[in-house]
Amino acid sequence: MDKRLSSLTEAVADIQDGATVMIGGFGGSGAPIELIHALIDRFLETGSPKGLTVINNNAGNGHVGIAAMIEQGMVKKMICSFPRSADPTVFTERYLAGEIELELVPQGTLAERIRAGGAGIPGFFTPTSVGTDLAEGKPVQQFDGRDYVMERWLKADHALIKAEQGDALGNLTYRMAARNFSPLMATAAEKVVVQVTKAVEPGEIDPEVIVTPGIFVDAIIEVANPAQEEELNRAGAHHP
Amino acid sequence: MTQKLSNAQIAWRAAQDIEDGAYVNLGIGFPEMVARFQPEGREAIFHTENGVLGFGRAPEPGQEDWDLINAGKKAITLKPGTAFFHHADSFAMVRGGHLDVAILGAYQVAETGDLANWSTGPKGVPAVGGAMDLVHGAKRVAVITDHVTKKGQPKLVEACTFPLTGVGCVTRVYTSLAVVDVVDGRFVLREKLPAISMEELQAVTGATLHVEGEVGDLICPEELADA
Repeated sequence: MDKRLSSLTEAVADIQDGATVMIGGFGGSGAPIELIHALIDRFLETGSPKGLTVINNNAGNGHVGIAAMIEQGMVKKMICSFPRSADPTVFTERYLAGEIELELVPQGTLAERIRAGGAGIPGFFTPTSVGTDLAEGKPVQQFDGRDYVMERWLKADHALIKAEQGDALGNLTYRMAARNFSPLMATAAEKVVVQVTKAVEPGEIDPEVIVTPGIFVDAIIEVANPAQEEELNRAGAHHP
Repeated sequence: MTQKLSNAQIAWRAAQDIEDGAYVNLGIGFPEMVARFQPEGREAIFHTENGVLGFGRAPEPGQEDWDLINAGKKAITLKPGTAFFHHADSFAMVRGGHLDVAILGAYQVAETGDLANWSTGPKGVPAVGGAMDLVHGAKRVAVITDHVTKKGQPKLVEACTFPLTGVGCVTRVYTSLAVVDVVDGRFVLREKLPAISMEELQAVTGATLHVEGEVGDLICPEELADA
């Protein structure tokens, strides 16, 4: 078995129109910029994929990564906790114009919904959002005298994530706070594609430090010296 | 109002109540300032929602590693004992009751302990982040805030008019004029600025301030007055 791919183009080739895509990262840390930009390049060449539902903590910053996907018109809906950033202009303008849908989810609920999706748990109860506008329409149940809101699992057709090291079997490590949602998303999508900063042979990663075991990963593509979204934005970058 | 505490003084006062070894989450923005005022000889361990525990101060400009940030997306640093974890573990720490203290900002706090701090209404783009999670789980949920809004309206009220972040969750409020606890659906005044009378304080508070026992003097370092 060897899950290593040879090109970014190949890595994003089978994402269809209307797909739901989880994209790792919290702000700029962990954003798989090269995978996202490969997807945008495919859209610009072929007109596909479009009508995407994107799941991420945020809704893009500046004019690269998810913001660039939105700017090109590929995204129909964002599921996120915090659609604000240093430069949220792209999402904000489209949202206020009614051109993009937003499902706002508390951050911990977003994480747990993805975890549940990956773990085969269709629903769970949480104290988060009880008595607030974000609990409207959701079942509430009392446990030991306290109210909890029922939340549903969240799954996706694809996950695009960034990891530090990955071996040919798909075992992954992450880099510092760039880990964030990625290990959860790796469990909750049908097809999981990972850009790794360093691709290695099985056995080269100490089994004690593997964060995402290879069973959750379908393909890895090595992107040495990856771009960091925050650094791109501080340099005023645009894609394309 | 002739006198009120600066933000730095409010943050300093809140920091005095953080025990040695406490696990603490500071909300984005003003609450982050609390970390600057840890009392001598005490060490709190700070948690940030995006998956870091026990991190250090902000790096020098130019030394940032943007893969190492806090929930406010500001650069932080490693220190001995820092731990990384994914988002589900991070919010297990929050909801699971493992944090000792969360310190948050507020638009309004009600005498019932209800908190409004995520939305001022239907205009614009709504964003919640981890606010609704943080109010559940920490053993103490404290708020630091000006006592009144910029327009002079009370922020301590009988019932919040802004959308709620959480119901009955706040345990203590540190304001620019006073320290107030929420006890059984009532505001109980613990400390106030010596220069302000009970009547003056009540006049800028939107719910009854109850007194149980002694009201202490709220005294903060003068050198922080302009900070």
